Amino acid sequence: MSLKNVFENWSTYRKGAEEGGYHTYEHRWTMAINLDLCIGCNACSTACYAENNLAVVGEKRFAKGQAMHWLRIERYWDEEGKDHPENGASFLPMMCQQCGSATCEPVCPVAATYHTPDGLNAQVYNRCIGSRYCSNNCPFRVRYFNFYSYYESAWPEPLNLQLNPDLTVRDKGVMEKCTFCVQRIRVAKDKAKMENRKLQDGEFVTACAQACPTSAIVFGDTLNPESKVGKLWKQHQVKRGVYKQTKEDPQLRGYRIFEELNVDPSVMYLERVRDTTI
Amino acid sequence: MVIDKDINEQIKWAQINADVLRSMENPRKAYWITFFICIAMVACAVVAEIYQYQTGLGVTNLNNPHMWGMYISTFVFWIGMSHSGTLLSAILHIIHADWRKPIYRFAEAMTTFSLLTAGFFPLIHLGRVWNFYWVVPYVSSRGIWPNFRSPLSWDAFAISTYLSASMLFLFIGMIPDLAICRDNAKGFKKKLYGALSLGWVGSDRQWRHFRKTYLLMACFLIPLAVSVHSIVSSDFAMSIMPGWHVTSFPPYFVAGALYSGCAAIITLFIMLRYFFRFEEYMTLAIMEKTCKLTFAIAMVWTYLNLIEFAATWYGHDPYAKEVLISKATGPYAWIFWTMIFCGSVVPFALAIQSWRRHMPTMFVVSLLLNLSMYFERWMIVAPTLSMSMEPHQFYIMYASVVQWAIVFGSFGWFGLLFLVFVKVFPSVSMYEVKEMVFHRRRLINEDAETALHRRTGDTQPGLTQPA
Repeated sequence: MSLKNVFENWSTYRKGAEEGGYHTYEHRWTMAINLDLCIGCNACSTACYAENNLAVVGEKRFAKGQAMHWLRIERYWDEEGKDHPENGASFLPMMCQQCGSATCEPVCPVAATYHTPDGLNAQVYNRCIGSRYCSNNCPFRVRYFNFYSYYESAWPEPLNLQLNPDLTVRDKGVMEKCTFCVQRIRVAKDKAKMENRKLQDGEFVTACAQACPTSAIVFGDTLNPESKVGKLWKQHQVKRGVYKQTKEDPQLRGYRIFEELNVDPSVMYLERVRDTTI
Repeated sequence: MVIDKDINEQIKWAQINADVLRSMENPRKAYWITFFICIAMVACAVVAEIYQYQTGLGVTNLNNPHMWGMYISTFVFWIGMSHSGTLLSAILHIIHADWRKPIYRFAEAMTTFSLLTAGFFPLIHLGRVWNFYWVVPYVSSRGIWPNFRSPLSWDAFAISTYLSASMLFLFIGMIPDLAICRDNAKGFKKKLYGALSLGWVGSDRQWRHFRKTYLLMACFLIPLAVSVHSIVSSDFAMSIMPGWHVTSFPPYFVAGALYSGCAAIITLFIMLRYFFRFEEYMTLAIMEKTCKLTFAIAMVWTYLNLIEFAATWYGHDPYAKEVLISKATGPYAWIFWTMIFCGSVVPFALAIQSWRRHMPTMFVVSLLLNLSMYFERWMIVAPTLSMSMEPHQFYIMYASVVQWAIVFGSFGWFGLLFLVFVKVFPSVSMYEVKEMVFHRRRLINEDAETALHRRTGDTQPGLTQPA
């Protein structure tokens, strides 16, 4: 972000999310999560820990709310006498929604979080000074802060050998969050470029999508018309860049969380099917 | 109705010098006791900060939804504190309220020192404090700039501007007094004051330039004071969080700032009056005027509070409404109602004359007002974080000892700076009190005034011939 850049591209900067923002996207990495298929097994969360070098903080710090589970399974119980008590707990995997007009981005004083041409919210660990403003302005509360240094405590030898070499281990004082497994995206993109071809749908998926036993999580590039996820979004008539969906068929299950805030999340959830007659 | 004067206008100019200079020599024992208590408090904070720096911010008990805590509310509190100095020294100067003269100096010092205290908190709460300068747009060969869209980088500009301007203002206003100190000091002190008084001899030309500079700085400082707290309020108002995203925050913050600052002036007024035996200068009449001013601001604050509640209540934001309701009924309810009681009901004590004139009562009242203002800042920061939009992440944070120690120590740090200042520099403006005495005396009897302060050979203003 240089001043020259700001002055020269001012008009494009001013474009809102509704007009497509100021980016020309190369990819638009997107997810669709079918809550009806989700069994709350936490495999996605575990896979995320393994893939992204997430520190296991321990019981005490977890209870204090200092855990760093980039993907968490939120459990909600229907209260008695309300909606569907007989269905018990419902699950919702929650991770960074990679918002199209993310609220975390403008508030960072050092521009450590920014928007990539891939449609991701990138977090630059080296640039982060830990003001934690981004987390405060995130309606999903999916940004996690390294309250301690875990480099030595979380991976005692020989566990350090399990660390994923494709990405760093973050030290204390920086913010981190789900990246849609940006290291996998990077590798796949580089490979496609070397082989001089376009990226194929399903060539790679995120760790959570890979681990999900019921295939509830579908990941892909919506700019690719062949992609499974793009078809799902179309099928459920969920549009991007709007704060209110106008569906022809209101029975369609697709929805985005907090889209009324005009943050333009990249994750579509498919509502759980409830059968109250049982 | 008790009618008394702002200042005894029969007081001799030499007496003013002697009284104020005496304050720099032998304060009461209470001064030294307070001084060492302050040092102990700072020591607590230093130990806590070293521990936090070494271990990580987790020791503060901050957690995922509750990323900001007492550090930020204390930061806002100290920034707020700094506003009253400007109110007294600049705004009241411009509107010619001359009763401010005996008390503005320490108020202005309070501004500077509370800014110096406030400035620590954004740094203390940073995850990687050693990189704090990245917020400032310094020349970097990599061409990396801070994010100018972020209210936090505006904060850095606003606070550093306000701090340097108010320091300069404090210093400029002190030059004639420093010259008096220089003339009455010996040895090392004479050198120090000599250097600081910048060769002041009190010539007409110097006074003319001095007046102009002082007025210019006063005019410059007022918009800064308003902007700095408006920008601090943008830290909250610019976010999209329920309870923070409030249009009326900038005026609300400025009113709250003036409120807590005026309450602090009453506290320090009473303390200085006692420590340095300033009963002649910090009179009950001035105390009453300060109390009335505080009362007026308290009512403005109450009004803006009601506006905020009403706007949320009648607005269409269900999240904001939820947060408002949980403020009044949730886990922070006792803080909320204490804030309302101490901030909107207790100030009515300032409306009763006999209470206004009773120093111990006013001391307690002023502390209660500031307690309310501290709670106000906590109620701004905490409920929104603990109960925002994502119900899975509702979490109440209880600050750890480390957080408490640093916040506690900040009061010691402020006290320490302030106590050193009032001992080393004249805490009552000598030349302005003389000016005030001069004007008051003139009102009563012009001839007597002339007889008192003019040597027979002196030229009188307006007369070409010696009188």
